[in-house]
Amino acid sequence: MSQKKSRGGGGGGGAAAGDDPDDLSRSPLQAVLLADSFTLKFRPITLERPKVLLPLVNVPMIEYTLSWLESVGVEDVFVFCCAHAQQVKEYLQKAGSTGKMSVTAVESHDAISAGDALRVMYGRGVIHGDFVLISGDTISNMNLKDALQEHKDRRKKDPLAVMTMIIKHSKPSILTHQTRLGNDETVMTIDPETKELLYYEDKADGSNLYVTIDKDILASNPTLQLCNNMEDCYIDICSPEVLSLFTDNFDYQHLRRHFVKGLLVDDIMGYKIYTHEIRSSYAARIDNFRSYDTVSKDIIQRWTYPMVPDVLSSGDCQEIKLHRQGIYKASDITLSHSAQIGANSVVGNRTSIRENCKVSNSVIGEGCNIGKNVLIHGSYIWDNVIIEDGCKVSNSLVCDGVHLRAGAIVEPGCILSFKVEVGKNVVVPAYSKVALLPQPSNEDSDEELEYADTNSGVTDSPPFSSMRAPDHPTVSDDDDLEASETGTCGVVGYIWGNVDTGIHEEWKQSIAPIPKDKLKELQHAASFDDNDDGSEDEFDNHPTVPDQDDDSDISAVEDDDYSKFEKEVQETFQRALDDGIHQDNLILEINALRLSYSLQHADCAGALFHSVMRSALVAAQSINGSLLKTTAEALGKWKDLLRNYTKSVDEEMEILLKFEEMCQENTKEFSPLFSKILPYLYDKEVVSEDAILRWAEEKEHADESDKVFVKQSEAFIQWLKEAEEEDEDEE
Amino acid sequence: MPDVQPLVREFVLKLKRRKVEGSHAVARQTAELLRSVVSQHRMGSTNQAAALADAIRGVGEQLIAANPIELAVGNIVRRVLHIIKEEDISSTAVGIEGLSVTAESDDEYDSENDDHPTLSAAVLAAHARNALRAPSLQTLLEDIPVSTALSRSASSAGDSDGKSGDKSSKSRKLKHDVIAAIGDLIDEIDTCYDQISEQAVEHIHQNEVILTLGRSRTVKEFLYAAKEKKRSFRVFVAEGAPRYQGHVLAKELVEKGVQTTVITDSAVFAMISRVNMVIVGAHAIMANGGVIAPVGMNMVALAAQRHAVPFVVVAGSHKLCPLYPHNPEVLLNELKSPSDLLDFGEFSNCMNFSTQDGTPLLNVVNPTFDYVPPKLVSLFITDTGGHSPSYMYRLIAEYYSADDLVVKRSTTNYS
Repeated sequence: MSQKKSRGGGGGGGAAAGDDPDDLSRSPLQAVLLADSFTLKFRPITLERPKVLLPLVNVPMIEYTLSWLESVGVEDVFVFCCAHAQQVKEYLQKAGSTGKMSVTAVESHDAISAGDALRVMYGRGVIHGDFVLISGDTISNMNLKDALQEHKDRRKKDPLAVMTMIIKHSKPSILTHQTRLGNDETVMTIDPETKELLYYEDKADGSNLYVTIDKDILASNPTLQLCNNMEDCYIDICSPEVLSLFTDNFDYQHLRRHFVKGLLVDDIMGYKIYTHEIRSSYAARIDNFRSYDTVSKDIIQRWTYPMVPDVLSSGDCQEIKLHRQGIYKASDITLSHSAQIGANSVVGNRTSIRENCKVSNSVIGEGCNIGKNVLIHGSYIWDNVIIEDGCKVSNSLVCDGVHLRAGAIVEPGCILSFKVEVGKNVVVPAYSKVALLPQPSNEDSDEELEYADTNSGVTDSPPFSSMRAPDHPTVSDDDDLEASETGTCGVVGYIWGNVDTGIHEEWKQSIAPIPKDKLKELQHAASFDDNDDGSEDEFDNHPTVPDQDDDSDISAVEDDDYSKFEKEVQETFQRALDDGIHQDNLILEINALRLSYSLQHADCAGALFHSVMRSALVAAQSINGSLLKTTAEALGKWKDLLRNYTKSVDEEMEILLKFEEMCQENTKEFSPLFSKILPYLYDKEVVSEDAILRWAEEKEHADESDKVFVKQSEAFIQWLKEAEEEDEDEE
Repeated sequence: MPDVQPLVREFVLKLKRRKVEGSHAVARQTAELLRSVVSQHRMGSTNQAAALADAIRGVGEQLIAANPIELAVGNIVRRVLHIIKEEDISSTAVGIEGLSVTAESDDEYDSENDDHPTLSAAVLAAHARNALRAPSLQTLLEDIPVSTALSRSASSAGDSDGKSGDKSSKSRKLKHDVIAAIGDLIDEIDTCYDQISEQAVEHIHQNEVILTLGRSRTVKEFLYAAKEKKRSFRVFVAEGAPRYQGHVLAKELVEKGVQTTVITDSAVFAMISRVNMVIVGAHAIMANGGVIAPVGMNMVALAAQRHAVPFVVVAGSHKLCPLYPHNPEVLLNELKSPSDLLDFGEFSNCMNFSTQDGTPLLNVVNPTFDYVPPKLVSLFITDTGGHSPSYMYRLIAEYYSADDLVVKRSTTNYS
């Protein structure tokens, strides 16, 4: 308790009040809204406008978040602005206060991660009680009351429960192992009773289908739930300790990767994280272009009610009405009779759509001018865009002020940033990103740092400087990275190279649906590892079950590790052979290798045997001697070494199996000699008769092909058997 | 009136966030808000009634825009505008009459009271009122002096006698009267259940089978009242998917000792032949006698018509809406979240747009309301009694003035 008090004292302000649980419940609910995602996913758009101000179905994202915070009874919101802080602040000022909630902007230019932001918040000393931590691109309509109550009750019982994470049931696609939102599959381990979060892993690498869970977790929890069908909503209810934790651990940057994992793995002072699952309500965070697309569609399909276009717009002058089939039309649009607006589309105010246009599954912003015979499918057209006759736009994002000249075609997955112009009959190739601003050249791997770099640059220069760019076609280029198939006049703007191709392939997180051939590929890949996770959506693991899991786990990892190990053993052995290193030293070295690869004794025996045999083979080839002879020599020379590792029957078996494997696979030279070498191994006491007999026994039920060597050495085995019987008889 | 602005904004936000639901709550809160708007309004020296009406219109416009589906908001705003007009006319009538006559106390339409000594003023006021309203049986009846009003007019006579010459007092009087009238309106909204359920025994007879859909407080009180009068009857409650308010109603009815059967919405047609009367609540009654009601009602009404079962709608007068339903399925409806119908998690893989061609294959439509055309309704029971659908426009003309149909602030600005 005293410890806790001292921490509270560090929090400054009303720390004394924060300690008493009763006071805690009375203090106003606060929220920290991060108006910056600290990633590059929305580049190049975010060079000119902060992500939270980007329109999502014609309403800035932050508006959804603020409305939600207001509706759940948050009284104080601290909006943490970093990149484009001025723009965010201006927006907040213009929007005015919503209801009783007070909105305070906190500005900091040197924060480069969520961790930094929270450290700044801690420094301000404005957070006194439990607070909601949310980022400005989160859409939700959930009722926070239950989660908040749960959190408070838990805190009363256990002051170490510092955080409640909101999660939601959602199945990832079996094919792609990514959620609807384009994030990678998340694996969480939750105690089904207490809802405590025990393990959290978001898999950056989708190909790895295995998770490793610490044995302690399995040992200390009688039941636990391993879920891959939970979606992290990125809404957290935190206690003030969270802020001080960030300050204490100044290397925490990322909320999930560092903070949550750090707390779970390092077990710092026993802090615990709990989860709260929401059932009927909606919550999702827009992290990439794919989730932008998905969440937009969810909004249009009204999962986010009452955060839907017609309700949000009501009361304003530009009212949007919902018509049949999910078509939202503003009151003041010019729509030609022959234009067809298909299902699930939104058309903003003052937009005019001319003859024979077809719009489907798209969002069109305000003040757009769309010419004749234009096809728009699955795209997001922001405000004041001019699209001339005969253009085709599919599954793309077109920002404010873009001008598409007649006949231009924008292929799926494109991002056209602010004020870009596309010339007549130009085809913008799929997945290209075009912006008026050049791509920063100093791309280094640390995305967060890089982001901070550009912040300072962009916030200093007014965002309007770029507006004039089209008039001075100095930036007009056809010479950039990917030579665009330019028609008569090409594209005004830079075509960006892929920002983070290293981690994610373009199609995974783009607005465009995954192309058919990719899907087929994935389907093909999935058919190999069918019945793996993904198909089962939920399973309760009792301690024995995950143990088995672990085994299979190791064997899979092993394959890879083992071959490496084998190679290293062989190299070490070769070195020993060349340099004449003493046997004891060699044993030491191999043991060290074994430990570093965390393998068994038996593996060593196998690997070492392999090396010995190989050396024999090399020797036989170099001196053109008989293989049998060199093998005998090598075995004779290294028998002690081998014996060192063949202390039990299992290890001897391993050698036999290894030998068999070698004969079958990579060194077929040994296969005719198998039956001759086997007695030799027996003679040198590398393998005992027990091992040989057991091996023969095991092989009895194997396939014909596997029995080849057993048959080859039948005579020897027979002899061994007889000898054994004789022994028994003698007794 | 800077003082009420936060109140207005808060209520607008509540409406916008869909936090107030149910026409009764909405109507009450709107009336209360408008009462405080009136009481905070600073009366100018000239043309007070117009300025007051304009203030109300300004607030009303915001409120209606905040949730155009809650028609009760607009209804109450229009009622208040009507009240202001009436009060203004009566006070001008008093002004014309001069100081020598005792002014009559003027409340709203339902408690009209004239005094013999002030006959000329009363006639003038009544005339003005007749001009305001369409002529109807009720207004004609109102012109007959009401004896019970005598005492009240006498008490207020002394009050207005002394200061009626003073302009400020006159304006204060207008304001005071309007506030009192809005108070009466709130009372009326509160007591509408009693008024309606008083008529229950006239409609529910011994051993009848009543069918209802979902849960309406008016229906509940109506059935309670019949039960209290020792009528024995049975109730079929259709559960009212997807909100299943019928379950709640069934529970409440059983607590009162009513024989209750819960059926699914889809079983309504099968059960309707055993039903003597359908009694349902409504969200709003439109000027043509059509009804905006919870979803599923049209189906019930059609089933009732097929089997010639009377379809009775019970609703308080605050649900009477002077508008005509144009395209009601679209304009007077609200689509709620599909999560009422489907569990998001279970269906999330059907909505993975990355593996489809970007076109959502799964669509969920969850409308809140149904429109029941007037020809399917047998009877409306409001707090003023039973009426047929074709009479609704008449009733509406009693409560609203024709020029208030569009609530929009006049262009002239006021401070």
